[in-house]
Amino acid sequence: MSEPELTTIGLDDIEALAVGAWILGTGGGGSPYLGLLNLRRLYAEGHRVQLMSPHDLGDDDWVAVVSNMGAPLVGQERLADSRNIARAVRMQEEINNIKFRAVMSVEIGGGNGVQALMAAVHLGIPVVDADCMGRAFPEAQMTSVAIGGLRPYPCTLYDPRGIEAVVTKVPSWKWMERASRKICVEMGSIASTSKAPRTGREVKDWAIHFTTTKAIRIGRAVQEAHRRHEDPIAALLESEGGKKLFTGKIVDVARRTTEGFLRGSALVEGSDADRGDRLKLSFQNEWVVAWRGEEPIVMAPDLICVLDSVNGHGVGTETVRYGQRVTVVALPAPDVLTSPRGLEFVGPRAFGYDLEFRSVFSPR
Amino acid sequence: MKRIGIDVGGTNTDAVLIADEKVVHSVKCPTTADVTSGILDALRTLRANPLAAVPVDAVVIGTTHFINAVVQRRSLQKVAAIRIGMPASASLPPFCDWPADLAALVSGDVFMLEGGHDYDGRPFMPLDIAGLKAAARKIRDKGLRSVAVCSSFSPLDPSCETAARDILAEICPEAAVTLSHDLGRIGLLERENAALLNAALNDLAVTTVAAFRRAIADSGIDAPLFLTQNDGTVMQAEIATAFPVMSFASGATNSMRGAAHLSGLHDAMVVDVGGTTSDIGQLRHGFPREANAVVEVGGVRTLFRMPDLLSIGLGGGSHVEQEPVRVGPLSVGYRLTSEALVFGGTRLTATDIAVAAGLLDVGDRSRVASVPKSLINAALADAQRKLEEDIDRMKTESGDVPLLAVGGGAFLVPNRLPGISEIVRVPHGDCANAVGAAIAQVSGEADQVFRDLSREDAIAAARRIAEDRAVQAGAERGSLTMVDVEDMPIAYLPGNALRVRVRVAGAIANPDVDAAA
Repeated sequence: MSEPELTTIGLDDIEALAVGAWILGTGGGGSPYLGLLNLRRLYAEGHRVQLMSPHDLGDDDWVAVVSNMGAPLVGQERLADSRNIARAVRMQEEINNIKFRAVMSVEIGGGNGVQALMAAVHLGIPVVDADCMGRAFPEAQMTSVAIGGLRPYPCTLYDPRGIEAVVTKVPSWKWMERASRKICVEMGSIASTSKAPRTGREVKDWAIHFTTTKAIRIGRAVQEAHRRHEDPIAALLESEGGKKLFTGKIVDVARRTTEGFLRGSALVEGSDADRGDRLKLSFQNEWVVAWRGEEPIVMAPDLICVLDSVNGHGVGTETVRYGQRVTVVALPAPDVLTSPRGLEFVGPRAFGYDLEFRSVFSPR
Repeated sequence: MKRIGIDVGGTNTDAVLIADEKVVHSVKCPTTADVTSGILDALRTLRANPLAAVPVDAVVIGTTHFINAVVQRRSLQKVAAIRIGMPASASLPPFCDWPADLAALVSGDVFMLEGGHDYDGRPFMPLDIAGLKAAARKIRDKGLRSVAVCSSFSPLDPSCETAARDILAEICPEAAVTLSHDLGRIGLLERENAALLNAALNDLAVTTVAAFRRAIADSGIDAPLFLTQNDGTVMQAEIATAFPVMSFASGATNSMRGAAHLSGLHDAMVVDVGGTTSDIGQLRHGFPREANAVVEVGGVRTLFRMPDLLSIGLGGGSHVEQEPVRVGPLSVGYRLTSEALVFGGTRLTATDIAVAAGLLDVGDRSRVASVPKSLINAALADAQRKLEEDIDRMKTESGDVPLLAVGGGAFLVPNRLPGISEIVRVPHGDCANAVGAAIAQVSGEADQVFRDLSREDAIAAARRIAEDRAVQAGAERGSLTMVDVEDMPIAYLPGNALRVRVRVAGAIANPDVDAAA
């Protein structure tokens, strides 16, 4: 087999990736800013990260799947450190006695969108252009590899105080979520984690492909349109085949915590073409359903992105506030998420809404 | 209660005397390079009016001096940064996201030590006392005179920062120490940045406040000095000396608070039209609505309590272009009185348009007689369109609300705007900023995570902390009211964790009553 072709990711790609990952975070996943700061410093020291196509993986290659788990608020006091995520990956190599060929993020959306790059710098291996969500989701079982029924264990968790934990075996992805969440809370509600190692075959069959380049492409479209004083949102929609759903101003935000998640709703009052109309956005960490009156007009797993109407950047559920001018758009979800089995894991019912999934992109 | 309010702006230094909440007299004098003599001039001019030559209870100054020092990179000193919270956050040391020129100017040394806390108040690591002592000795040996200390989760538990202060006081007593929990909220990097900027301004704050005191003493006034801070409340001069960053945005805040006072309206939109820019903000309960997001000062990310303001390039000195007709964003600025047509100049400005339209009576009206009516109307329409769009952007509710138009260029605001119930203009509106300084209150704030408490109990606990802080800062306890409350459940954290932010404000306590108590 010939050597796979690797592309070097430039710093401008990473700046764009941070913007695109925040948009693909669909309101959750935490801001990629601190991860971006890490990478700026590492790049200034001369480090570079290589990107690899999932098609170029050998079937027997091992791929690490990384995620920074925990509360975004804690992440504001215990700042992302690239060496921690790399250590979680090394733990997987040690306990399984394997060598990883490459690394990927569990979710491209939010701060985790740059975690694989941070790990790759220290591990000296490339990043696979793929993830397991194609967006952000709140729970460990909401992934394409869980939908694919792949093995959920072992999972390593690392705390820089020198605490290393492994969830060796669990009967299901749901149990992995519960067991690892408990450890994460004890570590201070933040942990660098490396999920169950995947083979190249598994990544080819079940990962969501080319999401790193997608996030870079989105970020670049938005940044360049903004720089040219053009409409960044129109540029995003054109680049990704998205749909503009509503434009207006946030007039109410209600938040509550249930079962350890941030739930609530935001109300958008229409302006321009939507003047006189209102849109209600329900969220569980991420935006889950948008309602016009009683009628749901878009729901997960379609990507619901609430964007700053002026610069096109993402607006998070933790930071959305009164008065923000926003445009609500939908981006198509990866096919694996909208399959019948996929919807069991990430459809509206998985978030507690008794709704039959209907994609905003399906023909009427 | 008689108070003098002073606003030291980029162009003018304004002074007003307020007696029993009413403006007795107001004056405008040019700001001088040394600031002090401009204040002295303003005070002398003010006191030349016999009505204003009375004993006063307090002098309150609002100034942009400290923020300008950061933006212009002048009068800053070297700072030693002590970060406590290792081994977490190690890859992002102090100054890591500063512009290189500013970091080079300010960074004296960096120490990163073990210690700090977790979100639930548990110690993160035992505090490295030996490391702190070694750092203090190095600071002393290098001759660094200002130190910023930032510990993880210090807004929840400041004990690591206070321990560091005690060690520094023992080993290098001449160094000024800024503790980050005195300045900021959750957000280690932004809070640390605030502490570093504050420490870099220490010498300037000491000399500036001393100069303010001297100007007041030289003018023969015997009254305590207060400085206004970003949120429209005041701090005693001693505290202001220790926390110069708290006055960063006081100019804009004062004009909004002054507008509220002069009009009696507490919930309204405000537009302050100056010579070059218009600042648009919103009053809620008599205070400016604060920006929620990260605020950059001189290129440094911070979480300062700043009013949420939109500045647009439209003012009395704005250039008027003719093809197509456009007002601003360029302006003649302080050269208005020589460059505008009505003042004998050659440049068509917004002021000339207003004089030609009969909205304003300054200068020589005959010099704009030949300006065509169509141009006057088109220019006024352009100014109106700009104001209309941006005022609507800053509105946070859909109904019609009143708009307060203040500042020297307020004539550009039309008498009717969509989404606005009425345009309110007030006497002394051109000195609204100095009025805002004179009527400023004392505030206190708490911002903490509470666990295993009901929402009501958590807010009550936060309110008690905020009230104690306000009293410490010089407020009269009985006059305190809650001006802002915000609560937010925290995702993923157990125990119904709730982050509560409460702000209270009240009148400046009468020092005699305090002494008796």
